[in-house]
Amino acid sequence: MAKTALQFRHNGRDVAIFVDGGTNLLVALRELIGDMTPKFGCGQGGCGACSVLVDGELHLSCLTLAETVAGRSVETLDGIKDGPNLHPLQRAFADNFAAQCGYCTPGMLMAAKALLDRNPSPSRDEVVEAISGNICRCTGYEPIINAVLAAASGGRARA
Amino acid sequence: MPVTVRTFTSSGDAAAALSSDRSARYLGGGTLVMRALNEGDISISTIVRASDHALSRIEATGSRVTIGAGVTFARILAERDLAFLHAPARSIGGPAVRNMGTVGGNLFAPNPYGDFTVALLALDAMVSVQGGLGSRDIPIEEFLQGRERQTGTLVLSISCQKPGQTDAFRYRKIARIKPKGGSVITLAAHLPVNGNRIVGARIALGSMAPTQIRARAAERALEGRSLDAATISAAAAAAAEGTAPGDNALGSAWYRREIVGVHLRRLLSGQE
Repeated sequence: MAKTALQFRHNGRDVAIFVDGGTNLLVALRELIGDMTPKFGCGQGGCGACSVLVDGELHLSCLTLAETVAGRSVETLDGIKDGPNLHPLQRAFADNFAAQCGYCTPGMLMAAKALLDRNPSPSRDEVVEAISGNICRCTGYEPIINAVLAAASGGRARA
Repeated sequence: MPVTVRTFTSSGDAAAALSSDRSARYLGGGTLVMRALNEGDISISTIVRASDHALSRIEATGSRVTIGAGVTFARILAERDLAFLHAPARSIGGPAVRNMGTVGGNLFAPNPYGDFTVALLALDAMVSVQGGLGSRDIPIEEFLQGRERQTGTLVLSISCQKPGQTDAFRYRKIARIKPKGGSVITLAAHLPVNGNRIVGARIALGSMAPTQIRARAAERALEGRSLDAATISAAAAAAAEGTAPGDNALGSAWYRREIVGVHLRRLLSGQE
């Protein structure tokens, strides 16, 4: 079956790939572009491990038909750090022990970034709502919520 | 297995492609169709898409609202004129699912999903569809009863009357995980009041049958009466009548029948 040419912006860089019909964005990112930061969790939209930003909006890459991002901007965890410097959210996750096994972390960070990009000082309830589509089986969520709140308050860890 | 993706600029062409190919499925937000592909559903060999702007239009300024089938739940939440639909829209998924999932797709979402459709059923919505023979409007209840046969038609939009009074429309979703989770049961009530009496009572239930259904016995208990304790008790006692819930990981059929009256009572009496 013929492949389809697909061009989009990936973390600020133009990329062009050929995809099979029906390929999802997660497979395109991991297997065709080599960006391993979005994770495969459930493939059903239940876990949020594959979360990315499409034109700044939080989307599940495993449920996104790759062709639908043609000409659009896709941002993954790989693109949020500034050279060797961690993004304030990444720093806050490290400082607040918000990652244990780390599998949910890329999705959590993108969900948190989607929140802070439009609401720089969210309430605790807004943080809980923002990460409600992301499952973590290690931390019990509290350190993650605290990390997002810490990053929102200028990177200062809360007592 | 690769599938063929066909993208059309007009919804009419997309509808024609959909109705001429039994293995074609329409892709809206992707939360149902991409999930099926990820699970290896080999019954889908063609994906049909439409980039028609009409599908993502919202007309909500008048007393009757029309919502394009491609409108996402996030957009409904951003629309002040659709405040009466904010509770059902907010009860769906996490933020990513609300950014992707569409009103049209929700009509096809199987249990324990399809909560937004419960709200639309209580509001007597009309579903505008385009098939091989042209477009027509179908009452949502009729649409849901024939849902299995609707896969060859393209849903264009959904329309309904805005509730006259804000407390005339009520919605409640019971989930085990908050704020996100599949539905144990979902309830919506539309109770327009004329004078002191309910006229045109509608109670809709999700996860109480293979598709969303109306609780007709409970509606009869409410019709023409004022919403007092005796009326609420009568409606709650009749809530499970005519339902056919199933067992799943979120709850058994027995449990659903047991709790539906309890939650209908809370919904009608305004309890949290």
